[in-house]
Amino acid sequence: MSFQDWIFSIHLLFAATLVGGLVMSWIVAVALYSTHAADETLGFNRVATIANVAIMLGLPGTIALGIWLAVLRPEFHPWDGWIIGAIVLWVIATAAVLRSFAESRKPVVRSRELVAAGRRDASEELTTLNQNLTGLLFRAAGSVAIVLIVIDMIYKPGA
Amino acid sequence: MLAAIRASGQDFPVLLHIVGATIVFGALLASASSVALAHGQIRLFRVGYFSLLFVALPGWILMRLSGEWIYRKQGWDDLPDQFSKPTWLRIGFDVADWGGLLFLLALVVGGVAVLRMRNGKSGATLLKVTMAIAVVLAIGYVIAVWAMTGKPS
Repeated sequence: MSFQDWIFSIHLLFAATLVGGLVMSWIVAVALYSTHAADETLGFNRVATIANVAIMLGLPGTIALGIWLAVLRPEFHPWDGWIIGAIVLWVIATAAVLRSFAESRKPVVRSRELVAAGRRDASEELTTLNQNLTGLLFRAAGSVAIVLIVIDMIYKPGA
Repeated sequence: MLAAIRASGQDFPVLLHIVGATIVFGALLASASSVALAHGQIRLFRVGYFSLLFVALPGWILMRLSGEWIYRKQGWDDLPDQFSKPTWLRIGFDVADWGGLLFLLALVVGGVAVLRMRNGKSGATLLKVTMAIAVVLAIGYVIAVWAMTGKPS
């Protein structure tokens, strides 16, 4: 394997980590939608933390190695339209995903308060926070942007 | 740069293959993490199992079928017997097919565990076996991604 092959391979491993983390975060989001108790919310938050770490490794890893590859490979350039398109989508995805992380902290903070107060039973307020539409919309926007990047990378329009 | 420029007509099956593989990978991680971090919470155990059944299984089917589609489109099935298939292709098939058998085993063991839990018995140990299989499969997928993209031979 050449040096370029290694960079390409690691770039794709970061991409798999990123998309895998997103899939994982959706599984947690769906599970949280019908979660009413503080203990369970905190339990799912532990799983969400793993997903968030995967996403936070994948986002910078894919962009850094992707741009590096565009510089290394003579047939591609960082200013090619499909590469610029991918970078713009990456910025949108990163902003949306980070915002969804902030939204998903709200039920966790409230759950910790409820547990500290000895309230481990179902809470209507927690249900509302777990079903927060803003967080889901930002997560959906980030996921759509990532899927569009994958499509852009495979079809390479204009290349 | 998910792949080099390839012959026309192969992009769509490649897209399906990648989407399927990443769905399986994410669901395996979700499953293993849910069981590992459940701390006795039944819902986390159940999510661990059902993410395998309802997310990873459809992803595996999508990945395997689209992989076969690419295999035929690229003419690997017409390769004369005197030529051996490249290592990266064999690794991909081994992970998909032997991993598929392991995956079915994980589903059966996890299914028994979920049924036991429904009847008020303990299924945590069986689910931990499912978790261990999910971790092995996730490592297998990392190796397959490395082999199929780096194409060492």
